[in-house]
Amino acid sequence: MTRKRRRLYMVLAGMVLLSGAVALVLAALDENLSYFYDPSNIAEAPPGRPIRLGGLVEEGSVVRQADGITVNFRVTDMANSIDVTYKGLLPDLFREGQGVITEGTLGPDRVFVAREVLAKHDETYMPREVADALKKSGQWKGGEAGQ
Amino acid sequence: MIPELGHFALVLALVVAVVQGVVPMIGAWRGDIAWMSAGRSAAYLQLIFVAGAFFALMHAYVTSDFTVHNVAINSHSAQPMLYKVTSVWGNHEGSMVLWVLILALFGAAVAGFGRNLPPTLRARVLSVQAWIAVGFLSFSLFTSNPFARVFPPPLDGRDLNPLLQDPGLAFHPPMLYLGYVGFSIAFSFAIAALIEGRVDAAWARWVRPWTLAAWCFLTAGIVLGSWWAYYELGWGGWWFWDPVENVSFMPWLMGTALLHSAIVVERRNALKAWTILLAILTFSLSLIGTFIVRSGLLSSVHAFATDPERGMFILLLLGITIGGSLILFAVRAPALQPGGLFAPVSREGALVLNNLLLSVACATVFLGTLYPLFLEAFTGDKVSVGPPFYNRTFVPIMVPVIAAMALGPMMSWKRADLAGVLSRLKLALGAAILAVLIAYTQQGGAILPVLAMGLAAWLFTGSVVEWGGRVKLFRAPLADSLHRARHLPRAAHGTALAHAGLAIAMAGIVAASNWKDEAVQVLRPGETVELAGYRYRLEGVEQGQGPNYTIDRARLTVTTAEGEFVTLLDPEKRLYPVRAMPTTEAAIHTTGMADLYAVIGDADGQGGWTVRIFHEPMVPWIWAGSLIMILGGLISLSDRRLRVGAPARRRKTPAAAAPARA
Repeated sequence: MTRKRRRLYMVLAGMVLLSGAVALVLAALDENLSYFYDPSNIAEAPPGRPIRLGGLVEEGSVVRQADGITVNFRVTDMANSIDVTYKGLLPDLFREGQGVITEGTLGPDRVFVAREVLAKHDETYMPREVADALKKSGQWKGGEAGQ
Repeated sequence: MIPELGHFALVLALVVAVVQGVVPMIGAWRGDIAWMSAGRSAAYLQLIFVAGAFFALMHAYVTSDFTVHNVAINSHSAQPMLYKVTSVWGNHEGSMVLWVLILALFGAAVAGFGRNLPPTLRARVLSVQAWIAVGFLSFSLFTSNPFARVFPPPLDGRDLNPLLQDPGLAFHPPMLYLGYVGFSIAFSFAIAALIEGRVDAAWARWVRPWTLAAWCFLTAGIVLGSWWAYYELGWGGWWFWDPVENVSFMPWLMGTALLHSAIVVERRNALKAWTILLAILTFSLSLIGTFIVRSGLLSSVHAFATDPERGMFILLLLGITIGGSLILFAVRAPALQPGGLFAPVSREGALVLNNLLLSVACATVFLGTLYPLFLEAFTGDKVSVGPPFYNRTFVPIMVPVIAAMALGPMMSWKRADLAGVLSRLKLALGAAILAVLIAYTQQGGAILPVLAMGLAAWLFTGSVVEWGGRVKLFRAPLADSLHRARHLPRAAHGTALAHAGLAIAMAGIVAASNWKDEAVQVLRPGETVELAGYRYRLEGVEQGQGPNYTIDRARLTVTTAEGEFVTLLDPEKRLYPVRAMPTTEAAIHTTGMADLYAVIGDADGQGGWTVRIFHEPMVPWIWAGSLIMILGGLISLSDRRLRVGAPARRRKTPAAAAPARA
């Protein structure tokens, strides 16, 4: 086998692999991206598709159901708010008045069914997406995001 | 006083690094021995200064000197001593000093061990190493000075983030950094070789041990981080495809490819340009990893305060390093002499396949990690890419890697007999079928995970058969086999161990990701919950006091369904009052085949507690397999042929040794 032939084979093998990977990636990206919404623009979200909802946990809105595991609360950007229901253990830093990101789907009754409530690892930390949402609704009082 | 000395030492280190970056390079260009050897002294001096700065910072932490701003916001007088020490790198500024310290350590190691490196190569390597140091030291000094004072000093510190106050995480950053920075050696060697215009087997023999050492550290760092996430976050998961995990995984994938392609350069003198490119990419990904995590671009536990000035500096540093080295590669790589020929079916061919697949796998992880950043920059849409993406892209690409991994080590160089190799793998095929049958009868369910267990068994048995073939296990008397095993190169033991370890870890990963069970329930003392054949009874919850936190500790008795006692589990919920921050301490009992995992949540106010139980099949296999992989790497590292700095460049005629020109 000549050097040129070998190089050709290697390039070909690389191309085949790469195009396979590109196909995989495109298919997977199409189905597995979850877009971020805030309570003001969640109405635009496609129904039934997993999305992320972020904002502040509204003060006084957290209600634990009788089964002890289901929790209802409201997520707000101080302009609009939306009901969220979640079944499971809440992260350590989940608190009223704190920033939160939830992942799930918006039901037909406009209640957001969260599959996951994302924990933030620092009590002063505000998720960047939430900070942006608050800025958008004109309710941002803090300094730079993440400070 | 001591913090000022530390600051001064850091400034001196920068000055030394500038000298080290210039003088030996000029010396190598002019052939001036004295200028070249200045690099060695500079490397030692740099280590002394950076270590001085590092220990000055550590002194401030250990003595709780809250006049230093960095200490005040990241430590507390009531913290246990271990965490006072680890607080040094539990923050942005301190972790940068640790980074530079490790860089200086590796630089000094090249100066010390590389005694029989050709002087020009060593001088150039040390210079490139110093350029990296200049970048990082100026970043540290100009944008994130760890020694800045605060006046008036606070009465007490703000405490280290409680999640980081944990033995598993205490050593995760240093291990990870030893890995990241270790790849800087391969990078410096690659750049030096491009400048010299020469890559030969001896070059690869120097690069390989450094890469292997970095790879071992990086593996250990990733595993420590994953283990910590498993028991500390209380979500019962050990890998979340979180961006910060991905950025440490990408250099690992590339580093693994580099490790294997360096073998081809060393043994067959082929794939030179490709190996150089891999070395550049591996270190570039390490840099991206360090900086993405530190810049706060991605929200995570690692994202410390963000600062636009730092962001620009980081971008600039990344641009210069990655762009510059790739341009140098484009200009100089064609000058490298092409090496030995080989057939597609050969050991080289198998290693090329390994390299291509690992690089493509790395590219998909890269895309998934950075796509949200790109999309937001261009369209303003905020998206996140979750685990399903990686399951659809990364996992299918790894399947042929694992399948081919059993074949590769059995193939001969240049041209291999595929039929012969396959016939030696009959046993592995049998094991794979057996594993599929066992998994199917035990678990059933989806077919893909069951087949994946077969693949793990294939790789494990294949690795054992390959090793057995080398020592003629069961074909010669046992004493003869033992004799052969003793005389087998350590690298051969290492390969077999590392591959078998991956097989074990893979079995654990497949089982844990697919057959996990969980139950969430409110329990009052005396009530029970059943999961996967075990019964968990809540005995009670008691209050306690730690050094700088308060504890709610639950006690659960675990029995089998028949009532036979298994273990006691004590999951805790801790509250760190300084930051008013609760943390979860999972209680884990391992049976070897599965982990019984319990977490306690909040009280419901009526005498009950939320309790979350996970049944985690085969998770211990992940840790065991990873440890075996690291052990394989270490054994390989102890191979005589790979001993750092030991090999002497083969004497060649002066004409052949002259810089190659195509």
